[in-house]
Amino acid sequence: MEELQQILEQALQQFTVISDEAELEQVKAKYLGKEGCLTVLLKGLGKLSNEERPAAGARINQVKQGIEAALQQRRDTIARDKLALKLAAESLDVTLPGRGTSTGGLHPVTRTLERIEQLFHSLGFAVSSGPEIEHDFYNFTALNIPENHPARAMHDTFYIDPEHVLRTHTSPVQVRYMENNQPPLKIISPGRVYRVDSDATHSPMFHQVEGLWVDEEISFANLKGVVQDFLQRFFEQDDLQVRFRPSFFPFTEPSAEMDMSWRGGWLEIGGCGMVHPNVLKHVNIDSEKYLGFAFGLGVERLAMLRYGVNDLRQFYESDLRFLKQFN
Amino acid sequence: MKFSENWLRSWVNPDLSSEALGHVLTMAGLEVEALEGVAPEFNNVVVAQVLSVEKHPDADRLNVCQVNVGEEAPLTIVCGAANVAVGIKVPCARIGAVLPGDFKIKQAKVRGIASFGMLCSAVEIGLATESDGLWIFPVDAPVGQSVREYLDLDDKLITLKLTPNRSDCSGISGIAREVAALTGSTLKLVAVEAQTVVLAEQLPVTVEDKIACPLYSGRLIRGVNAAAATPVWMQRRLERCGLRTINAVVDITNYVMMELGQPMHAFDAAQLSGGITVRRARHEEALTLLNDQAVLLDEEVLVIADEARVLALAGIMGGAGSGVELTTQDVFLEAAFFHPAAIAGRARRFGLATDSSFRFERGVDFASTVTALERATQLILQICGGSVGSITEVRGEQPARESITLRTSRVARVLGVVLDVDKISNIFKCLHFDYQLDGDNFSVTPPSFRFDLSIESDLIEEIARLHGYDNIPATAPHAALTMLPLDESLRPLPRIMQTLVARDYQEIVSYAFVDEQSERELSGNTNPVALQNPIASNLAVMRSSLIGGLVEALRFNLNRRQSRVRLFEAGACFANVAGEYLQSQRLSAIAYGSIVTEQWGAAARNVDFYDMKADLESLFAPNALRFVAAKHPALHPGRSAQVYFAERAIGWIGELHPQWLKEMPLAPVWFEVELAAVMQAAVPRLAEISKFLPVRRDLAVLVDESTSAQSLLDGMLRSCAPYVQEVVLFDVYRGKGVEQGKKSLAFRVLLQDTKKTLTDAEIEPGIAMLVEVLNKQGAQLRM
Repeated sequence: MEELQQILEQALQQFTVISDEAELEQVKAKYLGKEGCLTVLLKGLGKLSNEERPAAGARINQVKQGIEAALQQRRDTIARDKLALKLAAESLDVTLPGRGTSTGGLHPVTRTLERIEQLFHSLGFAVSSGPEIEHDFYNFTALNIPENHPARAMHDTFYIDPEHVLRTHTSPVQVRYMENNQPPLKIISPGRVYRVDSDATHSPMFHQVEGLWVDEEISFANLKGVVQDFLQRFFEQDDLQVRFRPSFFPFTEPSAEMDMSWRGGWLEIGGCGMVHPNVLKHVNIDSEKYLGFAFGLGVERLAMLRYGVNDLRQFYESDLRFLKQFN
Repeated sequence: MKFSENWLRSWVNPDLSSEALGHVLTMAGLEVEALEGVAPEFNNVVVAQVLSVEKHPDADRLNVCQVNVGEEAPLTIVCGAANVAVGIKVPCARIGAVLPGDFKIKQAKVRGIASFGMLCSAVEIGLATESDGLWIFPVDAPVGQSVREYLDLDDKLITLKLTPNRSDCSGISGIAREVAALTGSTLKLVAVEAQTVVLAEQLPVTVEDKIACPLYSGRLIRGVNAAAATPVWMQRRLERCGLRTINAVVDITNYVMMELGQPMHAFDAAQLSGGITVRRARHEEALTLLNDQAVLLDEEVLVIADEARVLALAGIMGGAGSGVELTTQDVFLEAAFFHPAAIAGRARRFGLATDSSFRFERGVDFASTVTALERATQLILQICGGSVGSITEVRGEQPARESITLRTSRVARVLGVVLDVDKISNIFKCLHFDYQLDGDNFSVTPPSFRFDLSIESDLIEEIARLHGYDNIPATAPHAALTMLPLDESLRPLPRIMQTLVARDYQEIVSYAFVDEQSERELSGNTNPVALQNPIASNLAVMRSSLIGGLVEALRFNLNRRQSRVRLFEAGACFANVAGEYLQSQRLSAIAYGSIVTEQWGAAARNVDFYDMKADLESLFAPNALRFVAAKHPALHPGRSAQVYFAERAIGWIGELHPQWLKEMPLAPVWFEVELAAVMQAAVPRLAEISKFLPVRRDLAVLVDESTSAQSLLDGMLRSCAPYVQEVVLFDVYRGKGVEQGKKSLAFRVLLQDTKKTLTDAEIEPGIAMLVEVLNKQGAQLRM
């Protein structure tokens, strides 16, 4: 009896000081192995009488279970400690920079154009485009600007040959689109345009977005509404003031210049108006039935105001120190 | 159009500040570009007369003057100007005056003598940038009067940015008419009466082209003193319009032009041979203009001629030798109406832009020629004297002013605001439009001074303008809602760009015009689309490729100490093919320097052809590209390929040729492809996913260096070996174990069936077929 209790205590004590799995298994053999003391005791049961045997067997088995339980507990502890050590050894400096490639970015003009397109898209405007080397007819004549009209002088045109120009505005797309589509029409047309002009506020190449909405009941008040809505959304400024004042474009009547409030003054942001009946006539749209408005916005101007760019030329220098600020 | 505000206010004087008046003009479509004082701010400067001048006892260069400033007692003023003299009248800044630059005049002792003010030069009161002494006024300058008043310096200059449709506002009278309409103020017309004719004499006038010149009027005035001084008030008004004083007669014609908007010309009658003819120029007829420019004319150009020669470019500029000089005694005055179509574009042909051509090509009031003639005559008589001849007038058909119908309902429909018949009637009255009303419809006859009114919309704009654009509400449109088409087989451009951005490329936008040399060298383009009027010689031709802009942008950044540059651009390129201008959108990228930014965890390696190739392929995936070695003028001949998509060459990829590197230490890699090809993307169709695992077999072969991997892959794929799903090259090896001139290529072959797991017996025939194909191409299987 006492012997059994001693064996148990001895085993438990031995286990607690072992921290190696192999050693633990060796020690286990001392008790539970083929020659282990408990095994020996169990074998010795046969010598006992039939009366004594069940009780003695039960006692030995009880001790055996006690040892096995302690053994498992110890195994778990050793494994847990080992894992803890391993994890501790594997820890990283999580503050080291991430590895691999960085990312680039879009040009601020593209970024601005995407924003403009998204806003107009939300109102159901489709995007249409046209050629940059444009026929004189589309750039001028079809827009009600006949040859020798003083408005041609307003345009500082690059000529390729007497009949072809670098488009001076995106308005020719209006005509091209209306030639091939019937109202109701709702498009914007972003793109590069060209003028013979170069200084801090003028670039020989820049971007415009043309907008056109032709439907049965489209009014000048709607033009004001849409442009104002756009500018307020674009600048995320609900109280942005937009001003329309009379102007002249041969392809719109009435025509207006759009200004927006900026730092206590007014800044010109583009031109607009109701599509001139002559332009509609050119493309066989009945100007009695349909009305339309058109507008042209300067993309760089919008980008400059939105992002605080002061010199227009920076857009075309491709300076990474400039470009990366828009990523 | 620049003019004096006070001049305008002498015609119409609304109770508005200068700024408020400017706002009214701007909001009516006459944009005020600039509103500035004619002189800087200063005060307390008066006209003074120097009574005596004595040398300063203690300073050689100074004088002590007694100066009359219009008060009983003269002032003692010490003056250092060399031109000070007894009797002259000069500006005098009194004690307490503040001159431009916040220069305050205080009582001061100058070398011991008290000085009570300062005699001024034009510089000191901010009216000139240099001077050589005191500003000496004419003898009749009123002593004691404020200089601001005397010189009318509280006037302002208004500069209007006139749009081409508003030629009626190219004279003070027209602007005044507009201001009166806008503000309701009274228009004070200058009385122009018919001058008494004393000479029966007329110069014969013949108008050959009455369509180009529907109205020509003129008159002789004899015994004119052209040397008479132009009155100061007139000089001042002209000067404030930006016109130089020339001589009294020319000044008067200019004055009338600025006042009434009617350009005029004055000939020296003594220089004319016979009568005046208005005709088309003859082919190669020569004329020397007033500005000494010699021009060769043709039938397109309308001229004023006499029997001997061409005298003037009609409506543009007079010729040399027939104009009024100081010695001229007899003048022939011309006031004509030239049709805009006969003048438009002609001045520009000769590189001219004159006040006269500006007005005629936009349209001049054809009812005002005689008024202008009488007004000029009146002023000539007043200033230069003379005897007036009767007016010769030759008339053709005057421009039609057909009546325009305006529907009140249409106004509401176009503007989106309801304006009633009374409101519209009022607007028309303000604008001096003749109209008749029939129910709700107006029938409007535009006035002779308006050339921009021919259809209903033109009148609607006038109504909107006078009603005020600000008073039209901003409202959201009401329209039927429909969705836009969305073509899924097109990859949207933003997504394409985003792919490059994710691969560390920075977008640039470069000019579409480039240097002809770069176009020739980098693109081999000897027939570029050239501009007739480039802005600079290095921006003279249209690019046929984006490479020029990218290489230039790369250099720009390398020069700014960047060592790793990865750029892309999407944009139009242009080609000249048999006189047709082809335009295509391209996508192009360039990469230079390390494959990754310098970092602790990745080895530095410079970007190469294959990095670029992967970037390019990522744009097309899952579509496959083919690469065929080919030579490009910009590229290294052994490291360049033409890119094929769907059997069509769509672009290039390669390393920049060493000859173009110049100071670049590394070679950049570049690609360019047609954007339309990148955008092609099929709508996905799901294929069955096999439940059975694929089997992998690797095949390593030895081949000659010159054998392309593509040729082996093509052969294997063409063989249609059973169960083969995929053959991918995964290793290239040269070196130990591989003889010189050979390379080892390793392919991974995946075999799979959708119905069953493959057994060796099923796999082997396929592999054998692949090996056979490889052997046929001279590849030896490595064991």
